[in-house]
Amino acid sequence: MINQPVNGPESRLVQSFSIQGGDFHHAGHVSTQIKEILKELGIEPNLVRRAAIVAYEAEMNVVMYARHGTFILEVTPAEIRFQVEDEGQGIPDIELAMQEGYSTATPEMREMGFGAGMGLPNIKKNADCFQITSEVGKGTLLRITIFLNQKKAQ
Amino acid sequence: MKLAEIKELLRAEIIWGEEYLDHEINMACASDLMSDVLALGKPGMLLITGLATVQSVRTADIIEAKAILYVRGKKPDQEGIALARKKGIPLLSTEFLMYQACGFLFGRGLKSVKDEEVDR
Repeated sequence: MINQPVNGPESRLVQSFSIQGGDFHHAGHVSTQIKEILKELGIEPNLVRRAAIVAYEAEMNVVMYARHGTFILEVTPAEIRFQVEDEGQGIPDIELAMQEGYSTATPEMREMGFGAGMGLPNIKKNADCFQITSEVGKGTLLRITIFLNQKKAQ
Repeated sequence: MKLAEIKELLRAEIIWGEEYLDHEINMACASDLMSDVLALGKPGMLLITGLATVQSVRTADIIEAKAILYVRGKKPDQEGIALARKKGIPLLSTEFLMYQACGFLFGRGLKSVKDEEVDR
């Protein structure tokens, strides 16, 4: 794990977090930490909030649908980047998964208040750049960017 | 509307956060679906929910809700309360059903996070 402060034009912070699939009890723990880090870096509150929502949705997807995942946070002077890679069942039809309301959630996921088919659309809504690739039976990779020096409606 | 008025109106119990009762709440969002709360929630709102897992507190923290009102007498466990303390999110619990709680609050002028008029 590399953890460096962002204090110059070339400097950046990179931090990696592990997410355990199926661990509903600790789900959201990584996102809470990421939110604290972004706040401590002095990033504008609206961007911190958008980033936290994106992180939480991405983390919940790993908890719900994968065996294990790695969440890499990178902050540069220009942007916040998330790379969320999991080992899991993958997504057979990404276009369908991106539709609001489409969900393959189990009753356990719904009892936790998740699995309403809003996760990926909500990530896209709050991100400035969003890429998703997936291989059935292997896993899913999300790359998300939020720009620090621009204005986007909430 | 102050949190204290919400407490009085709904005969709610303060689970934690007595010192936040003079805080002003201007809007609310009611749902048991945290996915919807993440999609629709706004900073400073009151989260009204029947979901008393620790995820309700985590979601409130992520979207920066000002307080959580649990309906039907529900309360989070000690872990949820501890997280709410750490994050400074007051917790209330009312015996009213969600529909009743929302109706009373809306009737007193507490707006929705998505404020739209209907044809009457």
